[in-house]
Amino acid sequence: MTLPPSAGPVIELEHVSFSLNGRPLLDDLTLSVDRGQTLVLLGRSGSGKTTTLKLINGLRLPTRGQVRVGGRRTTEWDPIRLRRGIGYVIQDGGLFPHFTVERNIALVPRIEGWDRERVQARVRELLALVGLDAELASRYPSELSGGQRQRVGVARALAAEPPILILDEAFGALDPITRSEMQKEFRALQQRMRKAVVFVTHDLREALLLADRIALMEEGRLIVNLSAEEFTRSNHPLVRAHMEAFSGPMDSR
Amino acid sequence: MNFWHFMISNRQQVVELTVEHITLAGISTLIAAIVGIPLGILITRIPKLSKPILGSANVIQTIPSLALFGFLIPAPWIGDRASRLAILALALYGLLPLIRNTYAGIRNVDPALVEAGRAMGLTDRQLLFQIELPLASGVIVAGVRIAAVLSIGLATIAAAIGAGGLGEFIFRGLAMVNNQVILAGAVPAALLALAADFLLGVLERRLNLLRLKS
Repeated sequence: MTLPPSAGPVIELEHVSFSLNGRPLLDDLTLSVDRGQTLVLLGRSGSGKTTTLKLINGLRLPTRGQVRVGGRRTTEWDPIRLRRGIGYVIQDGGLFPHFTVERNIALVPRIEGWDRERVQARVRELLALVGLDAELASRYPSELSGGQRQRVGVARALAAEPPILILDEAFGALDPITRSEMQKEFRALQQRMRKAVVFVTHDLREALLLADRIALMEEGRLIVNLSAEEFTRSNHPLVRAHMEAFSGPMDSR
Repeated sequence: MNFWHFMISNRQQVVELTVEHITLAGISTLIAAIVGIPLGILITRIPKLSKPILGSANVIQTIPSLALFGFLIPAPWIGDRASRLAILALALYGLLPLIRNTYAGIRNVDPALVEAGRAMGLTDRQLLFQIELPLASGVIVAGVRIAAVLSIGLATIAAAIGAGGLGEFIFRGLAMVNNQVILAGAVPAALLALAADFLLGVLERRLNLLRLKS
């Protein structure tokens, strides 16, 4: 996917509602993400964060309202083309267990018909980018640690140079130390890559570390959409509840 | 004359009938796979068809094998040669394990992986051939194993309609009230079934390792 050079938002959701089998999952959601911006969708389980991601990559289509990616509605995109332009990272990497690290990373470039040398060069480049030894290329996902799998997952999402990256609880399965490492590295990576990133998490600390903007969701609705700094100062009761849930026990110690 | 004497003095016929038996069971299992695996894939794509297709394959299994051979005799072309008829009947029995295991194998692939593949922009075909079938291959081979063992066992009955195979010894021995002759058919047939079970079992475990690597 190549984006038009215009300065407009890369991802736009306009009054989007989504119901599944008559059950409303999202209600009147309006959001936008610019190039180089990281939007964190924060909220508890079932608040509609993952559904929002699926609306962006066209795995779901809005019941009402519209979702535009690169200026075009997702209903007008060829879903295959749309998705190949959106890198997708899930918890524990979501790697295919029957593929080596190399094949996992190379999957989209290969089906996009890149020639062999270009694919190999890209795999090496990506392994270095996510801080993995080139020797790991021939291993299977089961032979990696959780942190390594997650790095491969990020490398795979970046493989075909998508302008958009979406991450669903990407670092949720990692131990706290690895998790914090990954968060810092991801932030550094994003500062260089300047992609449009949507990051789903229920971890406030992660949200504050990574976000340019934080969209707090609850029961399918957008509660607030603030910069990370504004978020910490907000007096909205639900924002305070989130802040207290994280900082409370620390302060009392 | 004991069993070993019989086997040695009739070794040429033992070999011939064993080869016939392997041919009957092998071709019928192959046909069952060629038909059953695509049907199994089909019902994962069109779930509405799963009940009628699995149901029909189930009904076929309940038909007693001798009766099924009998039913097929009037079929044109197929009924002309006993071996064709036997192969068709055996293939029909092999359908259920293959359809069922293909279906179950694909359905049991971790939905998160399928969703990840779809989110990465894989087409339905790429998803099937690169993700779902490889990850289901162990379960599908288990279906082939069940069909092959079933077919080797049932192929002994094919001799009743003159299709040959090790069943010839069994029926001859029954007619002669001679246990040695019965055993000359039954023992090699049992060994064949065990060998098929073992070899396909090894393949199945290897393929399952792929899946468990996650």
